[in-house]
Amino acid sequence: MALDALLKSHEDRLIERWTAGAVGSLRGRLTEPELRRQIDEIYSALLIALASGTFSLNAEASTELRAVLEDISRSRARSGFSPSETAVSMLSLKDALLETVDLGSVDRAGLADLIELTRVVDQLALLTFEIYAHAREELIGEQAEQLLELSTPVVKLWEGVVAVPLVGTLDSARAQVVMEKLLQTLVDTGSAYAIIDITGVPAVDTEVAQHILKTVVAARLMGAECVISGIRPQIAQTIVALGIEFGDIATKATLADALVHALRVSGVEMVRKRS
Amino acid sequence: MDRVPILKIGEILLISIQVDLEDQTAIQLQEDIADRIVSTGAHGVVIDITALDIVDSFVGRMLSSIASISRVLDAETVVVGMRPAVAITLVELGLSLDGVRTALDVDRGMRILAEASAQRGVRVHADDEDAATEAAP
Repeated sequence: MALDALLKSHEDRLIERWTAGAVGSLRGRLTEPELRRQIDEIYSALLIALASGTFSLNAEASTELRAVLEDISRSRARSGFSPSETAVSMLSLKDALLETVDLGSVDRAGLADLIELTRVVDQLALLTFEIYAHAREELIGEQAEQLLELSTPVVKLWEGVVAVPLVGTLDSARAQVVMEKLLQTLVDTGSAYAIIDITGVPAVDTEVAQHILKTVVAARLMGAECVISGIRPQIAQTIVALGIEFGDIATKATLADALVHALRVSGVEMVRKRS
Repeated sequence: MDRVPILKIGEILLISIQVDLEDQTAIQLQEDIADRIVSTGAHGVVIDITALDIVDSFVGRMLSSIASISRVLDAETVVVGMRPAVAITLVELGLSLDGVRTALDVDRGMRILAEASAQRGVRVHADDEDAATEAAP
């Protein structure tokens, strides 16, 4: 008996058991009719894939099956299902199969078919898992990129004064983004002063200092002056202990001091109104 | 061979580099600037590199040496309009153009030179007075 015939002979009971097995593990996050629809889709695609007699995931006949599984695994990955929850919707076909087929009455050939079918199910489960992992990786990549964008705002504090409040660890990739963004903002706004605020940087080592120094030198080459602010006492001690030299770059304890410094150097005078 | 034009505005020479500099053009420019500073008695040089996409180590060194030559001839050099990408490349190459003044655009560059020459004007005046008082007795 061909594999698709084996599936077809128990169709209704098989799908019912399959759905029941899968829905239990999803803890009600997917409604039964919804799951039923997905399983129907997989089932009909599986029949097409098996119709040719020999099954292969890469064969032409399996194209639809692959597409269906990809759709389902991808949407599971994006909506936060766990890997086992995703794989089990495929694997519960195996349980359903073993429950449905009367094992006592099958002959040798029937047993071989059954083993072959469970092997197919294993392959499909592996595929769903692979797609799931891939989709999660994509998600992580997208989030990392968004984080990079979010974490490097350049704000204008005054006419001709911009600031970059750095938050979080500064690695090479981020330092590069910060540098490019800051320099571009200098050009766009025509600002001659930039304040690099490192209040939110948890630790300053030689590498981080190197990145900051490079940014300052690049800004100087473009004709803008940088002030480093937000140096916490602990970080000041680390900087000295590591022997990092900031040379003639102005450093201030707080962003407020840095702004006052930048304004004074650019010739702005602030006077408190007498009450 | 391309030659970069040198414009004279008041006491200032304005050089706007619009083509990618080849080594020969750069050397020619260096000579031309020295000649023009002497022949016009200019006290300031503004080099506009807004149009330059690429600045290699050779051009970087040339900018440095133009600044040094001008200083010997008593003229201040300001490099203006460097693009962010160019600045990053120069930093990565380890060239910080020491001794070269920089500004965001031509306008600011000219202002820096005007301030510098105003200071120099005061100093020259003071020196003259000193010289006069010394010469008097």
